[in-house]
Amino acid sequence: MLLSPYRVLDLTGPLGFLTGRILADLGADVIKVEPPGGDPSRAWPPFHEHGGARQSLYWMAFNANKRGITLDLESANGQFVLRALARSADFLIESFPPGHLTRHRLGYDDLHRQNPRLIVVSITPYGQEGPHRDHPASDIEIMAASGAMSLAGEADGEPMRVSLPQAAQWAGCEAAMGALTALVHRTCGGEGQWVDVSAQAAVVAALAHAPVFWDLNGINPERAGVYITGRSVTGAHMRAFWPCKDGWINFIVYGGSAGRHTNQQLVAWMDERGMGSATLRTIDWPTFTVPELTQDEIDAIEAPIGRFLATLTKQQFLEGAAARQMLGYPVSSADDIHHDPQLAARGFWQEVGAGRPGGAIRYPGGFALVDGHRLPIRRPAPEIGEHNDDVYGHLLHDSPTVA
Amino acid sequence: MKRRAHALEGVTVVEFGGYAAGPAIGKYLANFGARVIHVESMSRPDGFRLQYPPYKDDRVGIDRSGCFAFFNDSKQGVSLDVKHPRALALIYRLMARTDIVVENMRPGVMARLGLGYPDLKQHNPALVMLSTSNLGQTGPRATHPGFGSQLSSLSGFTELIGAAGGPPSCLYGPYIDMIAVAYGGAAVLAALDRQRRTGEGAFIDLAQYEAGLQFMAPALLAYVTNGVSPARDGNRDLVAVPHGCYRCRGDGWVAISCWDDDEWSRLAETMGEGSLVSDAALSRASGRRAREADLNAAIETWTSGRDAADVIVALHRANVHVAPVNTMRDLYDDPQLAARGVWQSFDHAELGPMRYRMVSYQLSDTPGRVRSAAPRLGEHTEAVFKDWFGLRAEEFEELSAQGVFS
Repeated sequence: MLLSPYRVLDLTGPLGFLTGRILADLGADVIKVEPPGGDPSRAWPPFHEHGGARQSLYWMAFNANKRGITLDLESANGQFVLRALARSADFLIESFPPGHLTRHRLGYDDLHRQNPRLIVVSITPYGQEGPHRDHPASDIEIMAASGAMSLAGEADGEPMRVSLPQAAQWAGCEAAMGALTALVHRTCGGEGQWVDVSAQAAVVAALAHAPVFWDLNGINPERAGVYITGRSVTGAHMRAFWPCKDGWINFIVYGGSAGRHTNQQLVAWMDERGMGSATLRTIDWPTFTVPELTQDEIDAIEAPIGRFLATLTKQQFLEGAAARQMLGYPVSSADDIHHDPQLAARGFWQEVGAGRPGGAIRYPGGFALVDGHRLPIRRPAPEIGEHNDDVYGHLLHDSPTVA
Repeated sequence: MKRRAHALEGVTVVEFGGYAAGPAIGKYLANFGARVIHVESMSRPDGFRLQYPPYKDDRVGIDRSGCFAFFNDSKQGVSLDVKHPRALALIYRLMARTDIVVENMRPGVMARLGLGYPDLKQHNPALVMLSTSNLGQTGPRATHPGFGSQLSSLSGFTELIGAAGGPPSCLYGPYIDMIAVAYGGAAVLAALDRQRRTGEGAFIDLAQYEAGLQFMAPALLAYVTNGVSPARDGNRDLVAVPHGCYRCRGDGWVAISCWDDDEWSRLAETMGEGSLVSDAALSRASGRRAREADLNAAIETWTSGRDAADVIVALHRANVHVAPVNTMRDLYDDPQLAARGVWQSFDHAELGPMRYRMVSYQLSDTPGRVRSAAPRLGEHTEAVFKDWFGLRAEEFEELSAQGVFS
């Protein structure tokens, strides 16, 4: 695998879990280092409950493919062992508050002295420096400070986050790029270095080009619930979410070349189902554009579309749209996603953990196919200290000074 | 050995395609010193140039798109008619000097153009190529077209945003595309590292759908283990209570969360709400959750009489989780983003000064930065093919006359 030669020490809490998971998916030997008794996030709901035991779904999701050891970094012995482990590692990833590891004599300078080739990746809500670096922040504060929440929710209503926390994934994912950028530098003749990642700055990526409206034209984008903004010069709203028989459909009337085929196909589909609309039939789709439409004109276009979409199930819409090569998707639930034949055809799902308490579980697989092969889930997330014997036995063998 | 100033110096990336999902990857690599060549043609420019606002001063023009600019800083832009037979030969020659190709055409298009991985690899066995598409290169719906703003629904994100029982809400723009950018970037960097070690190439097939589902993994596991599809639940959290956004004086909002009983009591004391502090039923999370709506109303009564900045100072003093709900305007004034140099301004012939986004990670020895404004269409065709690639002047003129660079 791409990163097979490399070893990673993963000291992170939930804010940094994903970075090690990505390096592990790509083939690195990632060792999750937990305090004795296990990472506190193992007690985070929701859980997979089985036979009186329970496992945190966050822990399971973002620590798969890692080995697991326990180590008490509060003790001098534990710090000594970590320094020894760092000597044979390529990466060390951590998400402690800024300055925490330095106070434990495990800061970047200490680690760099042990191993100048070590790449240290630090993931924090706001970064290692700057006026906010010590502010406490969980998912909702990071999503708020990054701007993402200002763009989601009903117009003038409470700004919304995604109910499933997202900030840690953004931080972890961009941190993986930072780690691997440093790795390429090292492979090409450089030394190890320190990668400083800000979760707030990472979530700014999620906004795509929304900030540019302010920077270029002084327009401050706002949230608009089921409507999309930024497409009209008249200030009109266009609907993105439509109720259907068993949920919601995301469909947008695009203009120009982007929407022509979709709109023509929609008209034909509505006609076939006996729900044709004279308003839609008279529109010349090849020359149809959106920006100058008034709200009344948009409402007249959207009313028959809404009546039609309300007669479909999510699956009927997906299949019909795919057959007609139309733009638009249903708002899928986890159930829908698990039954999508596209994912099955690409070998996305992987059974992991047969023989373990709780049994085999169907995991979402690795994020890509490399040379035709799905990046595999090689092991489930580790039990507490599951690989202590492997790792410490090996270390004792390699480094008599530890004994 | 000569000291390397840039982490990715000596790395060359060539991009085919447009919009965000492909080209934004090159921007990340360019910020750390890679040479990134964005290929367009006069007849088929990047879709972001003409199809999406904002345009400078709301005037549409091929070099006036802020959207295009935002994802293409620090690159060189060339125009090349990839359907021209002599352009194909030129691209094959270019491959000998290329480390990474990134493309996000509809699956099958690159192969029809003679630019599929087997074609390109003949000219450079060490080539790393990333094909990123909505649903992947294979499977029954591989060629079904789609935009990221809607793919965020197929992958379940919008199902989980909005009030419980209410409609879903938009996530701004191509949210999921940007997830795929980070995964795609990680994959090409890992493949580049192996290329530098072993000389092997790699072909990476990335579905933006599947990349997005990585962020959804706990929800997907919840369905498998408990048989229940998670539903949107406003701003509530399974652990923290209270947990939400609260309106302040003027048009500001703050996010506040309490992760244990002590943090709650610090919040209540800061609010000066004696009745809440002394209410034993609220001292435990279960008690607060039972009266969450009342608590949220009490908090908002307190915040709505104060400026967001004052609420934040007071709660930080009490070590309570709090942050402003920044709008896009606020991001440009955020002191923390400023301290990290997130916004970096460059002048552009038609856009004027524009602030580009530096990525979220910084390297201690080989720091990255935004290197230049985004290219105008075809701005670097001559610089790339003559000055860097080394076409002789006569050859460049001849190809130009034949329309290869149109």
